[in-house]
Amino acid sequence: MNPSPRFMVNAGLLIALAAAPLIAEWLGDSFYTGLLSRVLILAIAALSLNLLIGYGGMVSFGHAAYIGVGAYMVGIGAFHAFEDGIDWMLNGYIQVLAAIFGSALIALVIGLISLRTRGVYFIMITMAFSQMLYFTAVGVEIYGADDGLTIYERSDMLGLIDMSDEKSLYYLIFVSLLIVLYGLHRLIGSQFGAVIRGTKSNEARMRSIGFSPYKYRLAAFVIAGSIAGYAGFLMANLNDFVSPDMMHWTRSGDLIIMIVLGGISSLFGPVYGAVAFLFLEELLSSIPLTIGGLRVGEYWQLIFGPLLIVIVLYARNGIDSFLPREERRA
Amino acid sequence: MNWLLFLEQVLNGFQLGILLFLLAAGLTLVFGIMDLINLAHGSLYMMGAYFCATFTAWTDSFLLGALLALLATFILGLLVEVIALRNLYARDHLDQVLATFGLILFFNEFVRLVWGPIGLDIPLPALLNTTVEIFPGVPYPTYRIAIILIGLLVAGLLYLIVSRTKLGMLIRAGASNRETIGALGINIRLLFTLVFGLGAVLAGLAGLMAGPILSVEIGMGDGILILALVVIVIGGIGSIKGAFIAAIIVGLIDTVGRSFLPELLELFFSEANAATAAPAISSMLIYILMALVLAIRPQGLFPPRGASG
Amino acid sequence: MTNDLLVVENMVKRYGGLLATDDLSFSLHEGELHAIIGPNGAGKTTLVKQLTGEISSDSGSVILADKNIERYSEPARSHLGIARSFQITSLFPDFTVLENVLLAVQAHSGHSFRFWKRATEVADLVEPACAILQRIGLEARKNTPVAALSHGEQRQLEIAMALASNPKLLLLDEPMAGMSVEDSGKLMTILQDLKSKVTILLIEHDMDVVFTLADRITVLVYGRAIATGTPTEIRNNADVRDAYLGEEA
Repeated sequence: MNPSPRFMVNAGLLIALAAAPLIAEWLGDSFYTGLLSRVLILAIAALSLNLLIGYGGMVSFGHAAYIGVGAYMVGIGAFHAFEDGIDWMLNGYIQVLAAIFGSALIALVIGLISLRTRGVYFIMITMAFSQMLYFTAVGVEIYGADDGLTIYERSDMLGLIDMSDEKSLYYLIFVSLLIVLYGLHRLIGSQFGAVIRGTKSNEARMRSIGFSPYKYRLAAFVIAGSIAGYAGFLMANLNDFVSPDMMHWTRSGDLIIMIVLGGISSLFGPVYGAVAFLFLEELLSSIPLTIGGLRVGEYWQLIFGPLLIVIVLYARNGIDSFLPREERRA
Repeated sequence: MNWLLFLEQVLNGFQLGILLFLLAAGLTLVFGIMDLINLAHGSLYMMGAYFCATFTAWTDSFLLGALLALLATFILGLLVEVIALRNLYARDHLDQVLATFGLILFFNEFVRLVWGPIGLDIPLPALLNTTVEIFPGVPYPTYRIAIILIGLLVAGLLYLIVSRTKLGMLIRAGASNRETIGALGINIRLLFTLVFGLGAVLAGLAGLMAGPILSVEIGMGDGILILALVVIVIGGIGSIKGAFIAAIIVGLIDTVGRSFLPELLELFFSEANAATAAPAISSMLIYILMALVLAIRPQGLFPPRGASG
Repeated sequence: MTNDLLVVENMVKRYGGLLATDDLSFSLHEGELHAIIGPNGAGKTTLVKQLTGEISSDSGSVILADKNIERYSEPARSHLGIARSFQITSLFPDFTVLENVLLAVQAHSGHSFRFWKRATEVADLVEPACAILQRIGLEARKNTPVAALSHGEQRQLEIAMALASNPKLLLLDEPMAGMSVEDSGKLMTILQDLKSKVTILLIEHDMDVVFTLADRITVLVYGRAIATGTPTEIRNNADVRDAYLGEEA
């Protein structure tokens, strides 16, 4: 089997990411390990969202809410373990299950309602529901409300993984990314994936040949939400902090930017997009230019905003357009 | 139950509803005619408030400041349409959402650059900084009454424009069937630009009126945008009448709901529990309403007649 | 006494002031090839859409094998045995020929909550799909993306998609539209072959095809059936000649 050029580039990226913490350690600068941890977590969330947007044609603008739900499971667990001595709530495995099932359940409820709508309505409604979750989190005083919740102790993985160790956490995240990538790859090629892609391609024909797309789309919505919930679990451990801001609809916008930056039509697109997004942010905010007493880097979104518009108008396929074409993507 | 408090909250609800209507009207017009989902509408709301704050400070007159701010927002709207949005009409909604999201990032940062990270104050004009007795012994801020009156005036004007003028006819035709107005040989570009400008002015008006009572700060449009979206989903995309009715309903439910929910909950739960649950649940009320409307009547309460897709 | 597979009674469909289907009644005998002809705008495609459930009638009933299917959704009717090809080609443009037919076969092979195995490697789906492609004559092109097919090949694929569900009632909406003479000939042979195995409702403008293949013909004008009968009867019908055939010459 001859690996395609695209496959080589993707493999190269993964190898680079695998080696990154070791290189960082060798260079004596562990800043990048933390940054890349964040990149990869967002990549996982973006990958799950792209199942909906790129493959399913469902533009969900409320995906960040599920990351928040997953993260809050960790936060709440840590809180009660710390405040009330309920130790089992610090158990990482229980927190993971809570994160995944919690976000799945909420995705189910929101999906049940939202997926009855199309196009712009769907976009607006998913936005609205995620905002609802945001305000719900803001309203719960005991878990910090607006100010958020500090996590004093990371998930207890019962000795298997030390979440407080930067490198261990990074590799957990990295392996998770690999699993999600492979899982999505299989999902997309499967019969289920064919229904999801077919519905995006020509919904009228799908109904004509005998498919009722609603239940499959709902399943995809729940799957994507659960993966995002898991990303939230990782995020909470990385940041030692959760807050309602994680669920704000503008965070969902960031995820969509990553997907489009990387290329919505390819499996790896969101990974490139997440890397590009965060490095772009780092790059732009450290521009060593000062105009009229103001540091340009501090106002990087002034450049990023219009840049986004330019990309949407003229480089719609994002990074995908600059890489060798993916072998066979239907 | 405190009836005076209830009355006050109903009026507050109306006032919030009016603000939401101004914001939603522009949004629904632009969406209905140009099929453009403009997330940066909230940014125009914000700019209206910031312009007003600055012009009021310069001219020492709220009225003058407001009028100048409306003009400035109109011009800004025209600029945004011509420079950035024109190319988006033909694109799919994902592209529109992304590009206008980019505009939001730009405007928030622009405001931070020009006006700094700390919010601004718009002092209430002395004339309106009083109370009016709507019922004997019931004082209510004059300014809020003014908002309601101005809002109703604008709603009336909009109604007249939409139902009596040629522009309005084009708007209604466009909302029902976009292709036809093109075929009629109307200068579509000009129409679109004007409609967008109109929407911008409405958003700016809402922003500057809200300024003195809410705070003028970065990102102030992002939150209220969602409420406006909920309003037009409930009212029916493309329908101004729907936007008005839905806005009032949403404004009332949100305001009255928030004030009286703790009391209502106390009928069923302990005071402590009610107090804890109330803030979270009251935030959910309008979204629950939206979900109900979608379940029963997905095209909204008053969709424009014969609306295409 | 032949069995009526499909009975349409007093079907009405209005679009604002326009009466697209005007109190239409007719029936299809099981196993027959029944052609619907009529001038443009007669409401032929609207009729098909009401039969498949894509649009709902304002009044009237549709009875399939003695069962009133008015309340059945489009996917449900597909599972009752109705299949349709589209007048304006409606395929899955990002998929290959095989993947298109595979979807149609998959729709009738139980649920699709299968998340792991590659769809193109499921023998139970691929074998029937390839069989249909062979029958239609597209087997050689099975791995070609639809966008790369010629117009005629796309029309062939349209038929293949409809056949993939092993239908009892096949609704063909101008299948030969835009096809070359050679391709039309091939399709004629396939339809000849299908006759009496499947009940077919054929909408066509090509009179040679209609008069060769049809067991019976119904003439639709302004949403109303003005005549139904054998090809000979129709050819000799004065009303039909005035309304339609006269123009066709």
